Amino acid sequence: MDSFDNFWSIYSNLVLSLGVNALLALSIYLTLSCGMLAMANAAFMGIGAYTSSILTMNYGWPFSAALAAGMVAPVLVALVIGRPTLRLSGVYLAMATLAFGEVVRLTVLRAEGLTGGALGLNGIPQLTQWWHVLLSVVVVLFVLARLRRSRIGRAFEAIKEDETAAGLMGIDVNGHKMLAFALGGAIAGLAGVLNAHLTFFIGPQEFGFDRGVEILTMTILGGINSLFGPVIGAVIITLLPELLRSFKDYRAVANGLILVVIVLFMPKGLWNPAWLRRRVGLRGRKGVTP
Amino acid sequence: MSAPLLELNNVSRHFGGLKVLQDVSFTVRPGTISGLIGPNGAGKTTVFNLITGLLPPTTGDILLDGATLLGRKPHAITRAGVARTFQNIRIFKEMTLLENVIVGMHRHLHYGVPGLLMALPGYRAAERRARDRARELLSWMKLDHKADDLADNLSYGAQRRLEIARALATEPRLLLLDEPVAGMNSTEKSELMREIVAIQGRGYTIFMIEHDMRFVMGLCEEISVLNFGKIIAHGGPEQIRSDPQVIEAYLGREDDEVSVSAGGAA
Repeated sequence: MDSFDNFWSIYSNLVLSLGVNALLALSIYLTLSCGMLAMANAAFMGIGAYTSSILTMNYGWPFSAALAAGMVAPVLVALVIGRPTLRLSGVYLAMATLAFGEVVRLTVLRAEGLTGGALGLNGIPQLTQWWHVLLSVVVVLFVLARLRRSRIGRAFEAIKEDETAAGLMGIDVNGHKMLAFALGGAIAGLAGVLNAHLTFFIGPQEFGFDRGVEILTMTILGGINSLFGPVIGAVIITLLPELLRSFKDYRAVANGLILVVIVLFMPKGLWNPAWLRRRVGLRGRKGVTP
Repeated sequence: MSAPLLELNNVSRHFGGLKVLQDVSFTVRPGTISGLIGPNGAGKTTVFNLITGLLPPTTGDILLDGATLLGRKPHAITRAGVARTFQNIRIFKEMTLLENVIVGMHRHLHYGVPGLLMALPGYRAAERRARDRARELLSWMKLDHKADDLADNLSYGAQRRLEIARALATEPRLLLLDEPVAGMNSTEKSELMREIVAIQGRGYTIFMIEHDMRFVMGLCEEISVLNFGKIIAHGGPEQIRSDPQVIEAYLGREDDEVSVSAGGAA
């Protein structure tokens, strides 16, 4: 038990940030699985983090209520900005959501009285327990797994493959895109709440462009064919800086390189069951006629 | 004569100064197979795009069972009972055939969020019914033996048939087929002909755009002819075949050949 205590005292933060990053990767997985490249998740994470931190620090809210508020706030914002932006597609949607992220970051910087501005918020109570993170990851994975196997998951996939055809199948395309966007916002907000009450301090630079790219890298690296992909991607991207400590100045470079290599050589990500099955030589699907 | 299922009243569509459709009017009676023919670029697919809500008409009205479809989103029009296939095939290639068809049942799967989260009996029963129905629809199109294959691996003709099965999954009252036999060989064409007659026999109304004269003349009770955005003729196959305007505009040079092949199908 001693060795475990020792390990935990050194690495607890790392293990818990694995969980937080897995949540973030799963949050952007939702919009990607619906065919949308929305880059608002870092901002949603920040909204969740600031909302809950301000509520626990300034207003003495209990953690559970602050956590709920930290998930509801990004959903409300998503519903408002989603209406005009989700009509865009491809690179235009990415641009619009990146711009939204900048708006959030600058708002946090300016609203010094509430958010501490560039200095950030210090002394956030450390209320996140390890099992909060574990439970969150398990619940989110469970909900997303159920969604995948339902008409909602099929609608997401249909929209990803062909929006027009999906609409003509009776699927409310805009409604489902909004659902994916808002649900992704809730999960990113949850990650923000857990992270803020784990790390004692949050600042606006944590939720900017770099974080957005990191979230995207995790999910693209892992792949969106299944829910394992984003989790695996999150684990790799979280552990990589630890393994490459001496190169820590080049962390962003490493992430960028990973993104380029994956997109070029493994566009479906690391976790690609069809590819794995082919490599292992097992017969994949039933009914493959010779 | 029964009331029309679909009715277009003086529908026009302009793209800038280009008048793609001008004062197009026709009706589709319930339970029939009817067709719209016309040379390339006559505006046939635009008619389908207007009916299914992908484009709004510039003027005119489109009625389904007497209720206007104008201003409705494509998914709402599908829910009102109109389904279609596409000239350039638009199946979901990375899904299996079965999944493709089940997507079409989207609005018929009635279960709430608690049901799907907990896999409650209602959810499971609805999903099972959807799978059974999807297999049935695939069997109508002779595709049930490939239900678990990826749609991308299908031959061209089979992809077209899958599109029809998927459209039927929305339980339409009106099925629009956009060039259903384009790219098919003659065996595939005559198979599809039988399958379409069988679909009509099950109570569906079918309205198709098609270039293949033999196919159209062999299947359709009523045919409208579109040329340069205007309806120039309307009637049964015999009437269309002998209409001087149609012969001039569309069948003109190939008159003899078409008459022979159409006669062979009758």
